[in-house]
Amino acid sequence: MFKWLEKNLPKIVLAPSVGLISWFVYGFILWTLYISFTKSKILPRYELWGVEQYIKLWHTHKWYIAIENLLIFTVLFLTICTIIGVLLAIFLDQKIRAEGFLRTIYLYPMALSFIVTGTAWKWILNPTLGIQKLFNDLGFENFTFDWLVNRDMAIYTIVIAGVWQSSGFVMALFLAGLRSIEDEIVKAAKIDGASLVVVYWKIIIPMMRPVFFTSFVILVHISIKSYDLIVALTQGGPGISTTFPSLFMTQTAFHKSQVGLSAASAMMMFMAVAAVIIPYLYSELRRENVR
Amino acid sequence: MSVSTNLSYKKLEERSRIINLLLRWFLYFVLVLFAFYFIFPLYVMLVTSFKTMAEIRQGNLLTLPGQLNFESWKVAWGGRGYGAGDTYLRPYFWNSIKMVVPATVFSTFIGAMTGYVLTKWRFKGDSWIFLFLLFGCFIPYQAILLPMARTLGVLGISNSILGLVVVHSIYGIPFTTLFFRNYYVSIPNELIKAARIDGASFFKIFFIILIPISAPIIVVAVIWQFTQIWNDFLFGATFSFGTSAPIQVALNNMVLSSTSVKEYNVDMASAFVACLPTLIVYVLAGKYFIRGLTSGAVKG
Repeated sequence: MFKWLEKNLPKIVLAPSVGLISWFVYGFILWTLYISFTKSKILPRYELWGVEQYIKLWHTHKWYIAIENLLIFTVLFLTICTIIGVLLAIFLDQKIRAEGFLRTIYLYPMALSFIVTGTAWKWILNPTLGIQKLFNDLGFENFTFDWLVNRDMAIYTIVIAGVWQSSGFVMALFLAGLRSIEDEIVKAAKIDGASLVVVYWKIIIPMMRPVFFTSFVILVHISIKSYDLIVALTQGGPGISTTFPSLFMTQTAFHKSQVGLSAASAMMMFMAVAAVIIPYLYSELRRENVR
Repeated sequence: MSVSTNLSYKKLEERSRIINLLLRWFLYFVLVLFAFYFIFPLYVMLVTSFKTMAEIRQGNLLTLPGQLNFESWKVAWGGRGYGAGDTYLRPYFWNSIKMVVPATVFSTFIGAMTGYVLTKWRFKGDSWIFLFLLFGCFIPYQAILLPMARTLGVLGISNSILGLVVVHSIYGIPFTTLFFRNYYVSIPNELIKAARIDGASFFKIFFIILIPISAPIIVVAVIWQFTQIWNDFLFGATFSFGTSAPIQVALNNMVLSSTSVKEYNVDMASAFVACLPTLIVYVLAGKYFIRGLTSGAVKG
């Protein structure tokens, strides 16, 4: 008995974390999946109802707005964050004075909560007293900026705040990648007469493909999950013009008490994340095994 | 002939020197411009919090306050003292502390043990177990929100700080496991083998050999968990309300509550209070925070 215990001690120590994750991650996801196939309203009901909730979901106008917003946000967020991040990383890699200081400034937004970011940007983008007044005072008297209360433009305010918060993260990823490249490669190319722009465009950026892949995965996954920033900045408004799948999910469950429908929307989000993450984890694991 | 080539070489050299200098200036110009862009919201928050409402209406985002006016900070932290409906951050700040400290300790400890087993007591299929745990870093929490709410209800700890401690401890395990596993992988196995031959037990190896050399990764994990849990809104807003809410939820409620006049100075002071702990940690130990961000390249 004692010997058995000693032999299996590592597995016994591993058991709590594996058990907790099995139950609270995988078990709960299965529970949500099951509920999404039932008629659950305010309380869960366990008779199966087929895919009715999913049909209902894809016939909901608000869900389409949420998906459209998510697509707009993801594309812009991804593109702008990557451009700013890569640019800053390359510039910072040119033996810059005060590099550490600049890096600290570029990355501090990642230490703030989305609620704080949202609160700050909500004030900056305030239609009367915010950025509009700043430009008016600077001499642009006809400058107006009402994106926060404009149905068609409000989604872009979320992009502005999101990009501000996350582009430093892309910078950090790329800077780490650039630092891992041997100096010899750059030197050799320069001796062959290649200009710095060519060296970056033709040699270094293509070498960064794994970093592009990583930051793509992380940014897409952040944007699918984004919730706090929207709550703090627009609450999904004006009207429902900036609603997101995450907002749809919580509102449907906790305000409208349509638990089945809410579970269906949660599963759609889960599948979207899984479609990006599973190939990523698979390739990471393979890379590690090759190493 | 040779003189003229020499001359043109000099000219060329001179020209490339000037171009280089201009490029250098351009580089610094862009970098400083971006520094202003990133610092701008923090600056606006800070100056706005020290202005009176009259100053806010007269000036713009950039103008400095006439004098440092701490009134909004007092209101944000301790309220106006008129009882009902007077929301202020102090109690919620302590709620967050009571939630963050135990949840960070639990998840870090469990993650360290798990990382230890997965790297130093390897068995068949252990990399699958790691992948199994790692996936938990990425799941959208919406997919576990409904069963979690019910579970907390059944356990009788819904709408309590204890409930949030449990939730954050559990969902932090994948991240802390990732940190410790990646750190312990780089520690030579010979060290462990030698200790095992000397008869050191499973726990002895962990506490006597590994923990003393784990300081950097413990700092990374603690900072990561602290920042994530402090900044969390989704779990806080879903599983607690009223007096047991953490600070981010309270901040959001304060900013959204529409009293007769919107007080932007109080809003900004409140936002600053809510981000001060994580900001201080970042300034003091930014290196470790960045390591947490990039080492796993995982953001919750």
